[in-house]
Amino acid sequence: MINLRIDDTPVQAEPGQTILVAARGVGIRIPTLCQVDALSPVGACRLCLVEIRNWNGRLVPACATPAQEGLDVVAHSEKLTILRRTILELLFAERNHICAFCVSSGHCELQDLATELGMDHVTFPYRFPFLPVDATHPKFGLDHNRCVLCGRCVRACSEVEGAYTWGFSGRGVATLVEADLGDPWGASKTCTACGKCVQACPVGALFEKGKATAEQVKRPEILAEVTERRPRV
Amino acid sequence: MTRIQVLLCSGTACQSSGSDKVKRALLEALGLHGLLEEVQIIETGCMGPCELGPVLLVYPEGTFYVRVRPEDAAEIVEEHFLKGRPVQRLLWTEGAPRPREIPFFARQVKLVLSNCGTIDPEKIDEYIAARGYEALGKAATGMTPGEVVAEVKRSGLRGRGGAGFPTGTKWELVRAGAGDPKYVICNADEGDPGAFMDRAILEGDPHSILEGMAIAAYAVGANHGYVYVRAEYPLAIQRLQTALAQARKLGFLGPGIFESDFSFDVEIRIGAGAFVCGEETALISSIEGRRGEPRPRPPYPATSGLWGKPTLINNVETYANVRHILLHGAEAFAAVGTEKSKGTKVFALAGKVQNTGLVEVPMGITLRELVFDIGGGVPAGREFKAVQIGGPSGGCLPASLLDVPVDYDSLSQHGAIMGSGGVIILDDAACMVNMARFFLEFTADESCGKCVPCRVGTQMMLRILDRIVAGDGSEDDLTRLTEIGVMMKKASLCGLGQTAANPVLSTLRYFPEEYRAHIRDHSCPAGVCPNLVRYEVLAEACRGCDACRRACPTGAAQGKAGNLPYRIVDELCIRCGACFDACPFDAVRKEPR
Repeated sequence: MINLRIDDTPVQAEPGQTILVAARGVGIRIPTLCQVDALSPVGACRLCLVEIRNWNGRLVPACATPAQEGLDVVAHSEKLTILRRTILELLFAERNHICAFCVSSGHCELQDLATELGMDHVTFPYRFPFLPVDATHPKFGLDHNRCVLCGRCVRACSEVEGAYTWGFSGRGVATLVEADLGDPWGASKTCTACGKCVQACPVGALFEKGKATAEQVKRPEILAEVTERRPRV
Repeated sequence: MTRIQVLLCSGTACQSSGSDKVKRALLEALGLHGLLEEVQIIETGCMGPCELGPVLLVYPEGTFYVRVRPEDAAEIVEEHFLKGRPVQRLLWTEGAPRPREIPFFARQVKLVLSNCGTIDPEKIDEYIAARGYEALGKAATGMTPGEVVAEVKRSGLRGRGGAGFPTGTKWELVRAGAGDPKYVICNADEGDPGAFMDRAILEGDPHSILEGMAIAAYAVGANHGYVYVRAEYPLAIQRLQTALAQARKLGFLGPGIFESDFSFDVEIRIGAGAFVCGEETALISSIEGRRGEPRPRPPYPATSGLWGKPTLINNVETYANVRHILLHGAEAFAAVGTEKSKGTKVFALAGKVQNTGLVEVPMGITLRELVFDIGGGVPAGREFKAVQIGGPSGGCLPASLLDVPVDYDSLSQHGAIMGSGGVIILDDAACMVNMARFFLEFTADESCGKCVPCRVGTQMMLRILDRIVAGDGSEDDLTRLTEIGVMMKKASLCGLGQTAANPVLSTLRYFPEEYRAHIRDHSCPAGVCPNLVRYEVLAEACRGCDACRRACPTGAAQGKAGNLPYRIVDELCIRCGACFDACPFDAVRKEPR
């Protein structure tokens, strides 16, 4: 067993466990967005950044950093809350997140995080990019305006479904999630229409057709349910 | 019997200024005089003063010719090679024909570049004659891997890619790493604007990289290596491929090197040119065939790198140092440099400096020596203003810091970084806000988009800088820039985002008054930012040629021949600069508004 401290609470972790999982074990919640159980951690959204006191105050993503003996972790502080709020603000300002029109309103991880962290307004200028909606798939839709580029759909598709339909194109702020090599989703030859990407999506970017405002409830936990039932190789 | 040897630089810069044509002209002239047996032309790697190309060095006496045109070939052959009279007009400085008499060369200490410009990089025999592969032989036949690691550790060598991590310690970590096989990677994805030292080494002395990698592989217990080099370096790739084939043929690579049981081979991977792929984890991801995106560390590549195996990844220049450490010993290596930064560093001098090009200097030399003694200072008529060191991840240091020693720790203490060694010199005609904006635009464009602070943070900073250079900034913007910059430094996933704000933060620190002038006075003191300048016609220079009036799209440039001078009506001017570009007499001036 590995012994570490999180928010001054002594915590024990199994070798290989991340700081995030270790914290959960003692009931310490660390905000996350790009992380979902059963998918490999990528440390992209930076909301789960925690401070390691004995690494010179370095910030590391709790979801992707293995617990190590003797770590002195700060998971909650005024400074971290401000940082997390800033990151949320950047996400809200990046694309067109209009909750009032969104299928996921009320069931949206981005919205919930804003509430949890007390982000009640955005101090950055909105970018208002002009982004398309892909409604070519018979069952699902993709609205790039709501996408936060967490990559959960990409990982669900490759790691759980094994279809490798989703990927990223472009880079930086011009990055887009795309099916196959830029085909309309409906024309994808690899998509199995399993819907795991939709369930994995934390916001209203991927949605089931026929759902109106605030009707889209996601179940990202199905990814873990599916993988846990699989025989281990 | 060869009487004269002509070393003709055939680095990328000299090739683009026509070294091929010079070679053909020289051969033709030599043939005409029947000297082909007596004079040998050897194509070498970069000699350093790139702006003066094509350059050539004539031995035995060591005459250094610059800006040689094909039409000069006949004169060189007839005067110099036949009559023994060096062609004075082609010397760099009149009366000082030899490199060691020229300040640019005299202050340099060439270790990594010792073969660059002295041997033919496409001939392995020449490399061997320069004690090539001797260090590998020494390691593979006479030292244990542990001894090699200890020697590198004792030398104090630090990574030349930018961060300056102690190389020996890294080797030790990989050697101790659990997993099999292990890999050795050479990071040749040099991408900083203005940096070209890795390219010069690959082009001018490719075997030194292969030898360094082989020694490293022996030390850490790897049998397979990769050189990750960008597709924009075709000559480097070609010479590396030639070197690989030659080294394999002579048994310096492959199974049972030096009849030991150590085997090692190298594969070249060509990168598509994304800046972020110079970051080690993104580079590894790219070699694995995936999108070039960084991943969080720890785990570091030393424990989990390429395909999850312990991986040693070092920069080109770092590997180029290795053979010298084994040949001359750690002590000799450590005798050069400062207490914490040992050895030499190659810098690429660019921008407003007399001698642009590639130089190698001992660590700890001051910026003043680098810019003025070696670089020759700012061209006449202008004043030195600042030096941007470390590329887009580095910082901008003002004249008051010219006496700062160039080493890892001193530079980072002042808000710059060593980086890969790109040095851009700025004169008083440069606008620091515009310069910071330029670098930020580069990093914003090169951000891979994986993490939020870098992807969106760079955009937000760029937006503020756009406002400031347009004259629409506010005092609050400066605080905001610092806040976002500091946030990106702490919260970004990889080095790209963590350092992207450095050019902005360092110019805010050293040139705050320039930002204020843009904001408060709506004026660009250097007269660079298009929105913040006023165009004026200098009465005594105007000849009434009408060029400005014809070029002006809005009728702001007005006048009549015979009624001089012309004038530019500021209210009508849209500041496109067409009149400025059109004036053949430099009569149109840009003035701060």
